[in-house]
Amino acid sequence: MKSVISVIGKDAVGIIAKVSAECAECGVNICDISQTVLNGYFTMIMIADISQITVPFTDFVDRMAALGRKNSLQIQAMHEDIFNSMHHI
Amino acid sequence: MLATEDILETIGMIREECLDIRTITMGISLYDCQSDDPDRLCTKIYDKIMTSACNLVATGEEISKYYGIPIINKRVSVTPVALLAGNLDRDGAVKIARTLDRAARELGVNFIGGYSALVQKGFSRGSRTLIESIPEALSTTERVCSSVNAASTKAGINMDAVSQMGRIIKETAYLSRDNGSMGCAKLVVFANVPEDNPFMAGAFHGMGEPETVINVGVSGPGVVASAIRRAGECSLADLAELIKKTAFKITRVGQLVAMAASRKLNVPFGIVDLSLAPTPAIGDSVAYILESMGLEQCGCPGTTAALALLNDAVKKGGVMASSQVGGLSGAFIPVSEDAGMIAAARAGMLSIEKLEAMTAVCSVGLDMIAIPGDTPAEAISGIIADELAIGVVNFKTTAARLIPAWGAKVGDTINFGGLLGEAPVMPVRTGSPAAFIHRGGRIPAPIQSLKN
Repeated sequence: MKSVISVIGKDAVGIIAKVSAECAECGVNICDISQTVLNGYFTMIMIADISQITVPFTDFVDRMAALGRKNSLQIQAMHEDIFNSMHHI
Repeated sequence: MLATEDILETIGMIREECLDIRTITMGISLYDCQSDDPDRLCTKIYDKIMTSACNLVATGEEISKYYGIPIINKRVSVTPVALLAGNLDRDGAVKIARTLDRAARELGVNFIGGYSALVQKGFSRGSRTLIESIPEALSTTERVCSSVNAASTKAGINMDAVSQMGRIIKETAYLSRDNGSMGCAKLVVFANVPEDNPFMAGAFHGMGEPETVINVGVSGPGVVASAIRRAGECSLADLAELIKKTAFKITRVGQLVAMAASRKLNVPFGIVDLSLAPTPAIGDSVAYILESMGLEQCGCPGTTAALALLNDAVKKGGVMASSQVGGLSGAFIPVSEDAGMIAAARAGMLSIEKLEAMTAVCSVGLDMIAIPGDTPAEAISGIIADELAIGVVNFKTTAARLIPAWGAKVGDTINFGGLLGEAPVMPVRTGSPAAFIHRGGRIPAPIQSLKN
């Protein structure tokens, strides 16, 4: 089972570090990261394995959102199934 | 493996283009609540609803968080109350409405549907009682929605019911006059009503439905409009293909959410309703889709053809994306709930007659249209009869949700708030159909061959 974590906001030092630290704390293993900086805005997509997650997934979603608010970023963790449903037959 | 552009497309649909699940509606059968004592009946209804739907709202919120997709409404529909009201008087029926309202409030659902009667062929005692109680029921409750099926292709049009509904709508408007005649926004008159519709105000739990069921309504006009805008210049065939693909993606999310809700609540999955349901939010408008297809403003010549293309493509795309499709399934054109429709009505581009023509090619009918408060009951019945005739002859669902806003004149605006939006009061033609309406009786069922 995987989660897609999207991070959007103004570029700053240490964004990946903060998100990664929160993932590690919840037992979420990052598999893939892609990122771009467009017009000063940072967009990162992380694919993370949540099969060993140590908290309920919905709590992880809340923690990511809270981390985003604290750092003036939009961070959203979503279950991969919504993307699979929409884009794969 | 997921492609980054696919991920960004989905996130963009949700964040920028107002993609959401409009409603998870739990249908609940009330057959086992029968009792000839009104108080006992109400207690059983309350207990049944509270037990069946106790986890509905929390589950909806959990699914929303899990998949990162907003689920706007969690709702309940019940067995048409007229079927339980045979032994009741009007006060008894109103007591049921208040019971439904209390259950809805305590569950945290914003609407509960099923204060309904099916009278396409005639009135049972329960139907008569229920219909007579509608004005009081809707003006003294907050969340109860009512519907009356007055016609079907198999039965024809019950013009006695149509005539009565003109008066009932007027009375409801009067009794809820302090609230913008809001009662009428919760009342809809149908032809060929579907029994598994998750959308309000017309939802009820039909006779052939299981004990409980989960039906889901998706939304996403903003997503379709954005896709068309991005496509730029292309032929209408290409446009239809694009809409099909977009509708497929939207509906897949509905199917995913419906299956998750069914699993978590341990309630059978019923259907996904493929309707494009607009909201008053900017960018979430069916009218803007039509305009992005190349119309200067919704309502201008070409509108019906554009809507026909849209409606058909949405169904073709959606039907492959869901294992079970039902409900209303088509584009909605409610005036008050659609920013583009409001603008077109205000500009005089959109008339009731044009809307009527549009309903011949889409779901679902003359919806959320404010008309002057002094419109005679017979004229309201005439508009309803016209709308139902379109449904009956074309073997499709049509409906009328008209608000003769008390004291309002053409040019006024009635504000309902929230998802119900605001409605500019539209003019009604003044010739009277009174003698036609007062004839009563039934317009016979139409012939089903010789289809020109």
